[in-house]
This record gives sequence, structure tokens and C-alpha cells, in this order.
Amino acid sequence: MHPAFSVLIFTVTSGAGYGLLAWLGAGQLLGLTQAYTIGLQLTLGVMAMVLITIGLVSSTMHLASPKNAWRSFSRFRTSWLSREAVFAVLLYPIAALYAAAIFWQWSMIDVLAGLSMVFALIILFTTSMIYASLKTIRQWNTPMVPALFMAYALMSGGLLFVAVSGFSGVLNPQLLIVVMALVLITLALKMVYFFWQGKPTGATIQTATGFSQASVRLLDAGHSAPTFLNREFGYQVAADFLLRLRIVMTFAVFMLPLGLVYWVFADTGIVEILAVAWVIMMAGLLLERWLFFAEARHVVRLYQGDQRT
Amino acid sequence: MKLGLVVDLDTCVGCHACATACKQWNTSGTIGPLSDERPHGKDPSGSWLNRIHSYEVGDSPHSKTVNIPMSCMHCETADCVTVCPTGASYKREEDGIVLIDQDKCMGCNLCSWACPYGARELDADSGTMKKCTLCVDRIYDEQLPEAERQPACVLTCPTSSRVFGDFDDPDSEVSRLTRERAGQQLMPELGYNPVNTYLPPRNPKQQDKIEVSPMQGVRQLVNRIINR
Repeated sequence: MHPAFSVLIFTVTSGAGYGLLAWLGAGQLLGLTQAYTIGLQLTLGVMAMVLITIGLVSSTMHLASPKNAWRSFSRFRTSWLSREAVFAVLLYPIAALYAAAIFWQWSMIDVLAGLSMVFALIILFTTSMIYASLKTIRQWNTPMVPALFMAYALMSGGLLFVAVSGFSGVLNPQLLIVVMALVLITLALKMVYFFWQGKPTGATIQTATGFSQASVRLLDAGHSAPTFLNREFGYQVAADFLLRLRIVMTFAVFMLPLGLVYWVFADTGIVEILAVAWVIMMAGLLLERWLFFAEARHVVRLYQGDQRT
Repeated sequence: MKLGLVVDLDTCVGCHACATACKQWNTSGTIGPLSDERPHGKDPSGSWLNRIHSYEVGDSPHSKTVNIPMSCMHCETADCVTVCPTGASYKREEDGIVLIDQDKCMGCNLCSWACPYGARELDADSGTMKKCTLCVDRIYDEQLPEAERQPACVLTCPTSSRVFGDFDDPDSEVSRLTRERAGQQLMPELGYNPVNTYLPPRNPKQQDKIEVSPMQGVRQLVNRIINR
């Protein structure tokens, strides 16, 4: 699949934003953020909404006819993209009320915090289901995709949460342990995904052409210049380069941030290191999302010369 | 009604006439124009609703060239319609034709991702998705003579490899051909239930074993002796 940069930015930044909002809501419900100043709580909430908004604006960039984007709220009953759009818009008034509740210390703050958290998790799920519901791309059509999307969001949002809290002088070592645990869980999930993905399965050129008893080779794809289908689905990167990128990605998303957070936890207590860890993680997540697209092989490729997906 | 096409892979010669006729008709049809980018430049591109892939099946010297024309299969379980967030993609209840409302499409590409057959192409000029309409603006046009109320690709096919009809009617030609020639769906394992079927090439050995009546057999024998 062709990795559209606007979609990479969208899923990574809005993912971190929804993760941060989920952490803020959970912190309120668990009684963690009561110790935080109103200013810090608002900063965290506004940061989350800014990240989310950057992502959502970026996501509309890949539309070929953005003038019709408002219609995307209309097919809530069948389309995951429509569900995502509806929930993403509904979150704004809820988040605004949550911010007001923080500022004026309303008594119903717990309800609004809980609602914000639930909506953030629902939106993460709906976004991931856009990909996971496609039977045409076996690398995406797995429950591991929603699990991974939510894990990435909670991991990157959680690291941002502790880093920003740390800058305001509230560095909770127990939260650092939670963040490290999330990194390890996500890493394990991603490794399972990589092993699962390597197993050859699914549609082949035989099932695509109906000649199940013979070897089938493409002689002519039927067009002399690249088409929309080639550009969208024919994205090809050398296998050894992908492998090297996987290693770089694993270090950037998991190993380096994990080491840095542990360093802060065990020794230094310098919060700036947490910020560095978050920036490295976000860069790594962009690479991860690029790989998510580049390694996904759509079945249409069987009509363009691929033997299997 | 369940309208669709039968494509005979035995007789298709891969001439691309169906694709050309499709482009010609639909560029001025209900979803037109089907725009081209740099048509006379070095890297021309454009939207087509029908494309022909040529394959070598089997291993040389026992191989055979098979041409597979691909257009929308008007699937019964059309995921392209399910995933569409705007409601631009829809499947008509009365005849099963899958269409795109060009005024509603926002060009998010998701339906093309959901289609396993590459039937949907984004028109770079209009910014909307384009796909086969089964020539919905021909087949119901009562201004046309009845014989011409068929998709452009079917009318133009020089070897009559394409047949249009109603799969819900067990006596229609498409149903009969699919039944008698073991017409099959492409990639059935994905569960989209494509309506269009493809007739596999006939086995040449079986063609020789055409049943003959006793009288014909005698006549053939006599002919053979006289010819000698």
C-alpha cells in the first residue's frame, strides 16, 4: 500500500492525543490528578486536543474532494470511517465541558473525565477498524491491528503525560513503571504481529485467476503506463531494506524510550530525558506507520504480477 | 434481478476492444468524463473501468495464454459499499448494479482499498471514484433498439466472449452458460460473492469426444472412404 504522509501524521499524532486524553481521564477517575494544579490539568487536556486536531486536519488532506467531507457522518451504521468521524466530532463538546469542569471544579468532573476517556478509546478503536475490516489486505485484517493501535496510543500518550507532569514538578515513579510496562506489552504484541505476518497464507494468483491446478504467470498487465491501482497498491520496497527499517523502528519506538525512561526512573530523575524519549518514540511511530502501509500487500497485486499476498 | 456479465476465457483473444468501447461510452456517460492525465506525454495515465490482464497458464510447452478482462463484478456482498462513509457508493436493490454518486464522493479511496478486483479508480481530475456502471445508461434506454440495450463492452466484443444478462433467471443465457460451462467466480474465498462469472477454457481433448449419432457415424465413415 502506498503510504500517504497525511494518513501517517494523522494516525500517529491523533493517536498520541487520544492516548493522552485517556490517561488524563483515567488519572481523574483513579484520583491521581487531584494532586495536580488546575493549570497542569488544563495544559495536558489542551495538548491532547491540539495533537488530535493536527491529526484530524491532516487526515482531510488526502481527500480528493474535501468539499464532500461533511457527508462522511452519514453512514454510521456500516462504515468504520463514518463512525470515526462522528465520534471524533462528538468528542469536542465533551472535551470542552471537561476543560470547564477542571477550571471551575465542577462536581460532575468525574463523569466528564470518564466520558472523555471512553470516547478517546472508542475513536482509537474505530480508526484501527478502518484498516482491520479490509479483507483485501491480510496484513491488516486481524484483531492485532486494533490492539496495536490502542497500545501505541496509550504508550505514546502515557509517556507524554508523565513527561509534561514531570516538567511541572510531579514525577510519579509508579507511573514510570506503568509506562515501561506498556512499552513492553506493545513490543511483545508487535513481535507476535511480525511473526504472524511472515507466514504465507491467503489469496494467491491461482485463486485470483481461477486456475487452481496450474502455475500462472502474468504476461501483460494490460496497460503501458502506471495506473491509479499501481500507484495506490503496487508500492514496492526491497525486502532487506524493510528488515533494516524494522530494526530501526524497534529501537526508536521501544528500546531507546524504554532505556531512557528506566534511566530517569532508576537514576537521574531528569524530566528533559523523558521529553527526548517521547520525541524519539513519535519519530519511531511515524516509521512504524510507514512500515504498516509499505508492508501491507493488497490482493489486487495478484492481477499485477504478484504470485501471493 | 441480478444483472452481470459472463466472460468466456476460451474465446477471449485479449484485443482490448471491450476496454476501449467502455472508455468511449462512459467518458460521455452518466459518470463521465473519464479523464486522462498527460495523454500525449511521457507517462500517460487515466481512469479506465475495464482492464485486460494476460496470463500464461501451465508450463511451456503445455502452456496457454489466457486473457482475463476485469471490470466491476457487482458483488452481492459488496464491501466497497459497506465501507463508504458518505453514502456515495450504493448497490441498487432492483438489479444489483453497484454505482457511485459522483456528487457525494469525497475521494477518500477507502472503497478502492476494499475492492479485491481493482474495479475502482480515482479520477484525478474530478477527485471522485469511478467504476463500471454496467452501462446503466444504455441497458434501460428505450430510445435504443432492443438489441443494443446491452453494455458497450458486450456489444463490441468481436468474439462474443462477453454475455450480459440476469443471473436470477435460471433460463437466461448467462445462467445457462455458467451452469453448463462451470463458470466460476474470481477469488471466491474472500466471500464477496461476485456476480460476474468466468468460463474456463475448454479442454481440447474433451472437444474431440463430441457424441455422434449412429447415422452421423456412418456418414463420416463413408466421407472418409470417399476422400481417400
